[in-house]
Parts: sequence; structure tokens; C-alpha cells
Amino acid sequence: MSQIQQDLPVSSLELQNELKGKRLPRWAPWAVAGGAVVLALVLALVGAISGIPLIAVVAGLLFVVGETAWSFRVEGRRHATDRFATTIVYTAFVVAVIPLIAILFSVVQKGMAAFSLDFLTGTMRNINARDAGGGVAHALVGTIEQVAMATVIAVPIGILVAIYLVEFGRGRLATWISFFVDVMTGVPSIVAGLFIFTGLILTFGLERSGFAASLSLVILMLPVVVRTTEEMIKLVPNDLREAAYALGVPKWRTIMSIVLPTAIPGIITGVMLAVARVAGETAPLLLTTFLSQSMNWDLFNGPQAALPTMIWDQIASGTDTALDRAWGAALVLILFVAILYVGARIIAKVYAPKTH
Amino acid sequence: MAQQTLSQPDEVSIKGASVRRGDKVFFNLARSAGIFMLLLTGSIGLFLLWKAIPSLQSNTGNFFTTQTWFPDSTPPLFGIAALAFGTLMTSVIAMVIAVPVAIGIALFIAFYANRRIASSLGFVVDLLAAVPSIIFGLWGLSVLMPNMQGFVEWLSTYFGWIPIFANPEEVYTKSILIAGVVLAIMILPTISAVTREVFLQVPRGHMEASLALGATRWEMIRMVVFPFGKPGMISASMLGLGRALGETIAVALILSAVFEINWQITEPGGNTFAANIALKWNEAGTNGLSALIASGLVLFIITLLVNMVARWIISRRKDYSGAN
Repeated sequence: MSQIQQDLPVSSLELQNELKGKRLPRWAPWAVAGGAVVLALVLALVGAISGIPLIAVVAGLLFVVGETAWSFRVEGRRHATDRFATTIVYTAFVVAVIPLIAILFSVVQKGMAAFSLDFLTGTMRNINARDAGGGVAHALVGTIEQVAMATVIAVPIGILVAIYLVEFGRGRLATWISFFVDVMTGVPSIVAGLFIFTGLILTFGLERSGFAASLSLVILMLPVVVRTTEEMIKLVPNDLREAAYALGVPKWRTIMSIVLPTAIPGIITGVMLAVARVAGETAPLLLTTFLSQSMNWDLFNGPQAALPTMIWDQIASGTDTALDRAWGAALVLILFVAILYVGARIIAKVYAPKTH
Repeated sequence: MAQQTLSQPDEVSIKGASVRRGDKVFFNLARSAGIFMLLLTGSIGLFLLWKAIPSLQSNTGNFFTTQTWFPDSTPPLFGIAALAFGTLMTSVIAMVIAVPVAIGIALFIAFYANRRIASSLGFVVDLLAAVPSIIFGLWGLSVLMPNMQGFVEWLSTYFGWIPIFANPEEVYTKSILIAGVVLAIMILPTISAVTREVFLQVPRGHMEASLALGATRWEMIRMVVFPFGKPGMISASMLGLGRALGETIAVALILSAVFEINWQITEPGGNTFAANIALKWNEAGTNGLSALIASGLVLFIITLLVNMVARWIISRRKDYSGAN
């Protein structure tokens, strides 16, 4: 012991190494990565492999093998496994981000080709699959109207359910409602369309219209609105409620004028995310309103177009000009969803409830 | 949290005579909305069943084992065998790819990524969930499929001796495999978001104790995080499975709807419950619609069961629910 202490100032580095076992230097992963990339490029140059994806895969494999082997030699099995796992975990993240970037890149690149002012203001009336031109105005109007109507119906009901669950809900009924709200979030969108078709169109003779489409979107929005509103209402501090009760304010007024206003920014954020989600739904619209090529401002009469169903229709046409329009409409849809998302983030940031 | 609300009148006093009328009206309104949610779930199943019965009665084949789909011919002959197979196969492929990757993503965000940017990275993955399924379909059909052709060809050339990869006709598009890959991308954010939440709730003390005993980061994850997070990981995967089973449009665009059970997943073919409904809807007659509704009912029941089991597993561990 005293021996070590005497030596400490002189050879503390050596001592550290002795206690910790041999480790690879900090620059080791970078060096191996560089080597792997160079080797892969050399292989590509001599013609053994070609294409960027394959070169990337080969470089990745060389890196994994190289780093693990080196680490196994120097650091032993446990650290080699750890390094291997780290590489796999990083790879998993990269693998998830690649399709996101690829999709956004394709939509922007191919969508911009079709994008113009005429595209935004025109409709598909009298435009054949092989014709160039045409536009998304009718579909954009349809999407906005249908989604707005769905929001108007789903939000009050959803908020009421959330209020029941947080402010009143005790006992078995609340447990069941809570459970089925969760289960409802997993209902496939096409089943929502089937339900509106069987329940309202077949049984009660409701016409196939934009309104029927809105109702199918309500089914998909409701559980999301309930869940997010519930979370937000739970964040409202109890002190506020108790202060109101102490002043003799009835419970319903406390909820309406204290709890909800406090939670409203979060609720708006949640609603906008739910809207963004249903705005891209295709399947329920196909069953409840189907397609239309011309402008239909009337939500309650006749088939109405929407952005997702328009894309579906253009893909089905199969011609190059139609496919261009599909990408153009996809860009408009992505922008629509992105605006809602960014808006939701801004509202959440600016008005975040202060919890302390 | 709701349980800590001390001064709230409980249900008994709400029903009491002294309570103001406004409270009573409001309570009943909120409760009716809640009951409406329950009725909604129930009525989905009931209406689908009611409208499915006519076609089921007129069907001359066995609904569960017939592979063809001719509900509008006389006599009607149709069954869901091929649909069930395609739905299951695409979902299984999606799960095989998505579950390990999603757990990797969750690990990365919870334990590997820089603390300051971790939540932003989580947001990036969540963005994937915001991409509408029609755009996944469009991208899968016209970007991914041509680019994957080489890989699928390679797979069936060198691994063709494994029966499911064999491809004697040498056509490598519109296959169950490609649909499964697209589905995998679509369910990634669902699985990774729930798994991440669970990982973030692993007690700090357990992790630090493990590291203090000299475990490497991977050993800590294997011995502390995975055992703690196992129920959460299972239920997250099942939520993803529910998504994959019910996905319609992307699959409908990619598969070349064939009514046949074909184990060769690299060949064109396959069909799923949801995709079949979307594709056949507008050409279907009265009995055809009823038959499609019957297949939709089967899909609804399957996804309902999967989701219920997933939620049940999560609710047994209350700490997992997003509430905190």
C-alpha cells in the first residue's frame, strides 16, 4: 500500500492502466471507421462491388468486424461485446432515419416538378390521365372541410370524455372507458370507414358525402383527443382547483373556467397532432365518399375529393403524367401535415403550462 | 394526479340533494360522453356483424378455408384463407425487421445519445409516424420497389434453397417481402416510442449499481434494462403488430392482389384483409360488399384482441402508462 502511494505521483498513468485493464485508445473507432471506408472504396475501385448502398453496407461490415476483432484482442470478450452492441444500436438509429430522409427527399424532389400556382388552383375536371396539368384545389378544399368537420365533432366529445375520466371518473365504468379508449387507438382506419358505411350509409340511408368521411375520421380522432386532453388536464395543479372550491365556485364552473383554460394550450397541441394524423387517412374516405374530379364545396352532398384519395386515384391511373400529379399532391399533403405539426410544436413551446 | 385530489366531492355527494344543479348536469354530460365511447366500440362490432350475415349465409364455400373470392357470382363462393395468410405473413415480416430495430432506436435515445439532443432525436423518429400511409405506398411503389429489386434478386439467387426465398419465375416486384419492409418502416415509430418510455423508467439506482459493479454498458442493459422493460417491449411490439395487421393503403398499392396462399415471399402476390377491402370496394355488388364487411369484421376482432392484450400487459405495470 505504502509502496503504491509513494509511486503515485510518478506513475499514476501506469497504475490506472493496471487497475482498469487494457483499453483501446479513444481514437480507435474513428481509425477503424476510416480504414473500413477506405477499404470499401478500394474494393469499389477494383470493381468488386458497386453502388453507394452496397459500398456503405460493406464499409459497415468491415467496421464491425475490424473494431470487434481489435477490441477482442486488446480488451477481451466483455468489452468487445459492448463495442459490438454499441455499433448495432447506432446502426439501428441510422437505419430508421434513412427511410424518413429518403421519403421526404423523394416527395420534395418529385413534388416540386409538378408544383406550381396552377397546380394549387386547378382541379382535375376534364383532365385525362395522359394530359399534363390539372390541380389539387378540389382535393385541398375537400381535405380541409372534412378534417375541420371531424375536429368540430370530435373535440367537444373527446374533451368531455377526458374531463369525466380525470375529474369524475372512479370505479369500474371509468376503468372500462379508459381501457377502451386505449384499445380504440388501435382500430384500423379501414374499419372506421366500414363502420360508418354499415352504421350510417346502409342502415340510415346517409348519402356518400364529405360529411360521411368526416364521421369516419371522428372515430379515428376521438381516442387521440381523449388521451392527450386527459394528460393535459392531469397536469393542472390541484391547488388551483382547491382555491376555486374554497371560494365556493361550483365544480362545473371550476372545470370550465379554471381547469380547461389552464390546460388549453396542451389540448390544442394534441388536437393539432390528431388532425395531422387523420388528414392523411385514405382508406376510410374511399369507403365513405370515394373520389371526385371536380370542385365540390358542399360537404353534405355528393362525393368530395381529398388529397389522399386524389393521390390514390392518380397512382391507379398509372400514366407518367398522373404519377407526377400524385407526387405533387403528396407534397401538398406533406406540407399540410407539416404546418400542423410545426404549429403544434410552437403552441406547445410558447404556452407550455408552468408546472412547479 | 386524480387520486390525490383531496377536496373534490366524490360521486356519492354529487348525487346528494345539496349539490347544485349545474354540477349534476355537467357530471351527466361528461358521463354520457364516456358511455358513448364504450357504445361506439361495441357498435362497430355489432353493425359489421349485422351487415356481414347475409353474405355469410349465402356463401357456398367455407368462409375460413376457401382461398377464392367470388362473392358476387351465383352461387357465391368466397373465403378469407388467402387474406388471412397474406395479412399474417406481411405482418410477421414487418415485425421481424421492425422489433429489433425499434428496440435499438429506443436504446440509442434512452442510453447512448447525447442527453441534450436525445429528445430531438426522439422527435425525428416520431416524424416517421406523421407521414401519411398513402405517401408510404407511393414511395414504396415507385422508389423503394425498383431499388430493392437487386437485393431481392440476390436474396432469391443465393438463398433460394430456403423454400420461402425461392423465385422460379424470376420476377422480383410486388411481393409480400417488399410490403413487409414498408410495413416495418411504418410501425417503427409506434414500437420505439412505447419502448423508449419504458426504458426511461428503469430505476436509476439499478443501472448505477450495475455500472458500479463493473458491468459494461451492454451488460447493464442486458441485466437491468431488459428484465425491467420486458413487458413494455412485448406490449409495444403488439401495438406495432396491430398497426401492421390493419394497414391498408400502402399494402394495397404494393401487393399484386392474388387470391392464393403462396409461401414464396419474394414472388409477386399476396393480399391482406384491409388491402382487399380497399381494392374490391367499388366493383363489389350487394353481396360483395357484405362479404368485404365480413372480412373487415374478422380484421376488427383480430386487431381488437391484439390491442387488448397489449394494453392489458401495460396496465398491469401502472408505471408504464404515459400518465407520469
